[in-house]
Amino acid sequence: MQRSSVLRTQNVSKYFYSPEKTQVLKEVCLDVKKGEFVSVMGKSGCGKSTLLYILSTMDTDYEGQLYIENELVTGLDAKILSRIRNEKIGFVFQFHYLLNEFSALENVKIPAMKLGRYSPEEIEHRVMEKLRIFGMESHALKKVHQLSGGQKQRVAIARALINDPLIIMGDEPTGNLDKSNSDIVFNIFKELATEFHQTMLIVTHDDEFAKGTDRIIEMEDGRII
Amino acid sequence: MKWGLITELAWALMVARGKQTIVAGVGVVFSITMFVALLGFMNGLNSMLDGLILNRTPHIRFYNEVKPNPNQPIQLFDRETHHVIRSIKPSASRLDIHNSGPIMESLSRDPRVLGVTPRITAQVFYNVGTIDITGVVNGVDVAKEADLFSFEDYVTTGNVQDLNNTLNSVILGKGAADRMLAEIGDLIQVTTAQGNRMQLKVVGYFQSGLGDVDNVQSYASINTVQKMLGEPASYVTDIQVKLHDLNLAPAMARELAEVYQVDADDIQTVNAQFETGTQVRSLISYAVGITLLVVSGFGIYNILNMMIYEKMDTIAILKAIGFSGRDVNLIFIIIALIIGVVGGALGLVFGFLAGLGIERIPFETEALPTIKTFPVDFNPKYYVIAGVFSIVTTYFAGYFPAKKASKIDPVDIIRGK
Repeated sequence: MQRSSVLRTQNVSKYFYSPEKTQVLKEVCLDVKKGEFVSVMGKSGCGKSTLLYILSTMDTDYEGQLYIENELVTGLDAKILSRIRNEKIGFVFQFHYLLNEFSALENVKIPAMKLGRYSPEEIEHRVMEKLRIFGMESHALKKVHQLSGGQKQRVAIARALINDPLIIMGDEPTGNLDKSNSDIVFNIFKELATEFHQTMLIVTHDDEFAKGTDRIIEMEDGRII
Repeated sequence: MKWGLITELAWALMVARGKQTIVAGVGVVFSITMFVALLGFMNGLNSMLDGLILNRTPHIRFYNEVKPNPNQPIQLFDRETHHVIRSIKPSASRLDIHNSGPIMESLSRDPRVLGVTPRITAQVFYNVGTIDITGVVNGVDVAKEADLFSFEDYVTTGNVQDLNNTLNSVILGKGAADRMLAEIGDLIQVTTAQGNRMQLKVVGYFQSGLGDVDNVQSYASINTVQKMLGEPASYVTDIQVKLHDLNLAPAMARELAEVYQVDADDIQTVNAQFETGTQVRSLISYAVGITLLVVSGFGIYNILNMMIYEKMDTIAILKAIGFSGRDVNLIFIIIALIIGVVGGALGLVFGFLAGLGIERIPFETEALPTIKTFPVDFNPKYYVIAGVFSIVTTYFAGYFPAKKASKIDPVDIIRGK
């Protein structure tokens, strides 16, 4: 059976205008199927991060079309895009990008509260469940600055997962971690892929990481090769 | 929907920059305190100064003006042509008001009228040795005068009732008494314009705070003055009316002058300059107050702007995890409004306390015998204006930074690392 498409682009091109007009993405066509664990590789400057931010709907300044679940997302209102990001996309960055003002628990909670699909009690329960998966439940009430780098990244992944997103996107999620922590994080991703069939699209330049994924998309000079 | 979440985020951001937030809040507290205290104080002084004149001025005064008769005899002879008449003199008409008794009675029955009191103004000379000092003796109905025009407040020495109790008594203006070296209990001699002489016993001093008045004016009972002028008991030169509503005065003055066939002055016409002065003074106090608020508004603006630069990452993350520009906008507006509401409320309380404090400061001056401390006006109007203004300024101070925050592009921030 043909698996349904989660994320699809059609001839996506992007230009940077400063200092001069340069084309960073050249008619990129890409299709991520449901349950796929995909990694995007390439040298720095090849446009892989740029592509990721377009796919995440945060960057709207591009040519071509972006479809999420076969629905055209290109050109939608910013407010609707926010809603899509909240509901369907979980994001893990190179840096943890947690909110320092809040505890680990609250950080994971915020996107769920924003979505408002569950009652606050249920949300709390779900958050604890996610944190337990990553062995973080004992650190739930700690403030972000009290956590180590690896712990922060695990909290960030829990946050990406809290709304049961359609797809998780990662921008070098292990790029800022040491070997052992990056193994832990990789194992988490692997587990998500095999046990929960979570669709994932991870940008990385870590060969080992990429080898563990279902499919590797290699990019060079703004093109997929 | 998720107002709770938005408020929670706003609160967390505020607490994270606690010191700056408090500084911004203190700015608002200070400006609202000053606004309320300043307006209360200025307007307290204002109404005191106005009261100095207005409390003692009748709202409508009826009198007969000395003027030439508008109907000259020749007009009866030939009505068709124009007449050129030279050297017309005022007619020897009576200064007293014809039918004063019935007029006063009908006035006191008018529902618009608070009170009516008669008065006789008599030009006199105070005879001191060989010197004559010009002056005015006012014949008043002591009880009513005290009632309507706070006469007692201005009698600094002696008792007003003595005017009724002691035969041929007078309360001298302080300035006039000083010039005549007249002590309480002394007899002074006055000569009226008609040449009648009379001895009056000094029973008190009168001090209004206006030097010109105190140097000239004296008060005696109406009977004494009638006797002094050799006029009958119905002789009254002025009828003074106090109304319930001061603003009706001009219209009523016109209406009643017609009815009673006498001249009538209303308080607005006579004292137009006071109203202007009052307006200008309150305008100045409002200008100062609003300037204070605007300055504190800039304080909030600055702090929110700084907060946005420091919290770029946070804003970018919020947007990345699904908060819209509007949500981010709301967060910063809420921060501004929390500062405004809390600062404003504290400011109102401190402003009230400051008012109470100012009211305790002794303020004694020769010119104002009734004032012992600084006057403060606690009109709720100023508190409402200050409260509303604190919220409006903080809203606008938050509006532009919030707009800026809502426009932040998360990709720029996240990729910038």
